[in-house]
Amino acid sequence: MVRRSPPTSRIELLQGTLDLIILQTLRWGPAHGFGIMKMIQSQSSNTLQVETGSLYPALQRLLRQRVIAAEWSVSASNRRIRIYRLTAKGRERLAAERSQWKRLTEVMAALMQRPASDEP
Amino acid sequence: MRIGGWLAWRRARETDDLNEELGAHLDMAMAERIARGESPHDAKLNARRDFGNPGLAQELARDQWSVVGRWIEQASQDARFAARTFCRAPAFTAITIATIALGIGASASIFSVVNSVLLRPLPYPHAEQLVRLEDDYLATGARDVGMSTPEWRDLQRSGAFSAISPTWFDNNNLTGQAHPERVGLLIVAPNYFSLLGVQPQLGSVFDRNDPTPGFNGQVVISDGLWKRAFGSDSTVLGRVVQLDSDSYRIVGVMPPGFQAPERASGARGTEVWPAMGFAGNPITTWAQRSPLFPGAIARVRDGLSIADAQRRVDALVETLRHQYPADYPATIDWRVRLVPLRDYILGDVRQPLLFLFGAVGLVLLIACTSVANLLLIRATARSRELAVRQAMGSGPSRLMRQLLTESVLLSLVGGALGVAIAYAARGSILHWVPDSVAQLNAVTMDWRVVLVAFGLSLVAGVLFGLAPMAQVRRLDLTNVLKQEGRATTGSGDQQRTRRALVVAEFAVSLTLMVAAALLVRSFRELLNAPLGFDPHGVTVVRTRLPYPNDSTEDLYPNAGAEAPLLREIIRRGSALGGVREVAVGSGAAVPLDHPEQDQAVLRLVLDRRASANNGDNTPVWTTASEVTPEYFHLLRIPLVRGRLFTSFDTDSSPLVAVVNESMARQYWPHVDAIGQRVKTSPRATQWTTIIGIVGDTRSDSVTAPRHPQIYASLYQRQGKHLAIFVRGQVETGAIERNLREQVQAINAALPVFGARSLDETVTASLSPRRFAMMMIAAFAAVALGLASLGIYGVVSFMVTERGQEIGVRVALGAQRSDVLRLVMRQGVEVALIGAGVGLVGALAAARVMAGILYGVRAWDPWTFTAVTAGLVSVAIVACYLPARRALRVDPLLAMRG
Repeated sequence: MVRRSPPTSRIELLQGTLDLIILQTLRWGPAHGFGIMKMIQSQSSNTLQVETGSLYPALQRLLRQRVIAAEWSVSASNRRIRIYRLTAKGRERLAAERSQWKRLTEVMAALMQRPASDEP
Repeated sequence: MRIGGWLAWRRARETDDLNEELGAHLDMAMAERIARGESPHDAKLNARRDFGNPGLAQELARDQWSVVGRWIEQASQDARFAARTFCRAPAFTAITIATIALGIGASASIFSVVNSVLLRPLPYPHAEQLVRLEDDYLATGARDVGMSTPEWRDLQRSGAFSAISPTWFDNNNLTGQAHPERVGLLIVAPNYFSLLGVQPQLGSVFDRNDPTPGFNGQVVISDGLWKRAFGSDSTVLGRVVQLDSDSYRIVGVMPPGFQAPERASGARGTEVWPAMGFAGNPITTWAQRSPLFPGAIARVRDGLSIADAQRRVDALVETLRHQYPADYPATIDWRVRLVPLRDYILGDVRQPLLFLFGAVGLVLLIACTSVANLLLIRATARSRELAVRQAMGSGPSRLMRQLLTESVLLSLVGGALGVAIAYAARGSILHWVPDSVAQLNAVTMDWRVVLVAFGLSLVAGVLFGLAPMAQVRRLDLTNVLKQEGRATTGSGDQQRTRRALVVAEFAVSLTLMVAAALLVRSFRELLNAPLGFDPHGVTVVRTRLPYPNDSTEDLYPNAGAEAPLLREIIRRGSALGGVREVAVGSGAAVPLDHPEQDQAVLRLVLDRRASANNGDNTPVWTTASEVTPEYFHLLRIPLVRGRLFTSFDTDSSPLVAVVNESMARQYWPHVDAIGQRVKTSPRATQWTTIIGIVGDTRSDSVTAPRHPQIYASLYQRQGKHLAIFVRGQVETGAIERNLREQVQAINAALPVFGARSLDETVTASLSPRRFAMMMIAAFAAVALGLASLGIYGVVSFMVTERGQEIGVRVALGAQRSDVLRLVMRQGVEVALIGAGVGLVGALAAARVMAGILYGVRAWDPWTFTAVTAGLVSVAIVACYLPARRALRVDPLLAMRG
């Protein structure tokens, strides 16, 4: 889903996390596909690089689930662009998934910190 | 189609949108790089590289679309691809579609008959409430003996019915026109039409509460009579018509297509309905509890099922039997049976029709099997193509869907063609449906037929699409692709499947052929059956003496008054050109053709002093007919013992009768029947003496060689429905005209009609059988054709795929006969196994058919052997034709591959 380059500094996204990241990004306001990609890159300090081949299918998937909506607008360079925004349903989903994500990271952290002797 | 178009348009728009969005993305990435200081050229290259494959993005985005949209897109792709493949293989496509069309067409044709006759309800509102009431004397075995007026009134009070109307069919003389005409007449109660729930097209029906005891003087006429006799004159209402010299006023005209719900085809064609109360003039005996009218129709009260109504009727019958023990002695066990009106009308056609439907189902099965076989052969030939497609990333499910699309497409085209065939053939099918099959609903192709035909073809398409699909699952890519350009051979499994299909075809064909052969043999036996009379050269013309409601107006009130008319008819008839003999009889005297109203069943009281069971006075039921002395010689019915009637047996001499051998044997097994005495009804005062015994005739049915029959002299027991028998070189139309002239010279009010040769009557009585036989034979022929095509396909495919091997064998010195044997063995083997399986099916089918066979045993070894031999020889020919190609294989060419 996400290209690893260079391998050391970039991490692979867990299945389904891209959707959460897109929703989180759109919380700051409507954005077009390129904008979303840039925001993810900059907010992760270039650790996460999202490919167009993952981004656009994800956007289509979220549109279908009606958690985001899209409308056409015109860019500064006079090109038709599609602007995505969060819907009310999307806000609900984001809230739910964020708390779930929080619990998951806590559990994962706890699991990872266990001493090695516990392992069978 | 519109939805598909809309979806396609939407899909195109969405793809455009995605392209535009991705293009904008690329532009922005490029602009950003230029802003960072890259040269426009580098920026473009790098942006593109980062972007990845734009086509892939689009493809992935498209994957997110709705399941239905994607499915439709792929289905239309599959369909387009399938259409292209079919165009490349026109022979295969044509044969396949023709096979399906044949199967579906035959099924749809038969189904259209079954649908209108068996499935569609009778054309009356709430037809499920309508029943026919039949009186039975269970203990004597007599069924549907008729009903009396007191019984009718009791039943009306039973609370089981909302209305009951007797129906009594008769012929009548419609006079007052250019020449008298005979019309079918159904005497009913005034509530008849309101009971059925039908409205006239003109005028009104009777007042259902009309209390008139006798005829109320009103008639309703049919649309046919209105057009024919009154020229569709709308002022016909109120006009007075003469029926048997009585006057009736026309009050209503029924709509076109209205038929009386009766079993006999003559009664269904009723043209005049008079109403009467069945309790007055001209019926004097109406108060007696003995059968008066033939039966009644009734509508079960709302909220009651037929079974509920039957229970109430049973209770009523029980009470009446206690109340009138003299009329309903326990020895006859009187019952009243409710028969759903549709079942009553259909009578015994349900069985043969369902039988036909089963047969046509087998034909469809064979058609499906053939098509499955064809598809399988084709899939084998295409296995390389399929393997290539799979190697390039088509999932097995996608390939299977492609194959399924192809078979469904084929079956739908075939189905459409089949419906068209059935539509075109509907006329000729109707032509073969015998008159006895009641068609209250016209046989038409309605939406149900079309729906069933398409449903069948769809199911068939999926079913025979499954066969090649199993193959895709087992497709071995490496092996198939390694075989380079060579013809691919079917695996052992495929061969087995294909052969199993042909075996099935042969099995079903054999079953059908045996059924057809048994029916044909029965029919031939029936045609050659000794009838006991000689129908050749005999023509029957009918006339009918009027029954005025006022008996004092009757010109022919008794046998004595009728005698001069009969003598004059015989005298004048004999003088006509070409006529050698003339006799007159009652309607029941015409063999194999007695409409319901002519059927004379006598309740004979035997003088039991000398008979088998002493002192028992229970009446026995016997068919009876009245004839003039010339009758027996004219029909060549032999006198066995005693004497026949003479001109001295008149109304002033003692009553005499002639019985047939069956009657003599059945009722006087230990004594000579001649000289015995009978009473012709329980109320008769005079005894009738038996004077002679004649040979049995098959006058009831060609299939019934013997049943008790008694003959009385027409000069002693009068008949009003008369049949004039003429033997000689005459043409039916001419003899009818000539006799009409002569009869009307005696009495101008007598109609003369219905001329028919006795040969024709015999043939017509067999027409339902002929129908079944022709249909089954046609199906068997189709089945055999398809099975032969199947075996031809298997062998010719084998010759193609083993061409190389054959070439090697020939090069190594194999003889023509060796090659032939090698190739043919496979085909013949398949045919033999199929015949073996088919024999089991045929034995089962023959068992089911045993009831309708005549003169041939169900498991007739000769038929089974002959049919099997025939089938196997056809199979050998079907194998030989493609096998000959194996002989022409050039070893050099074959081995070079």
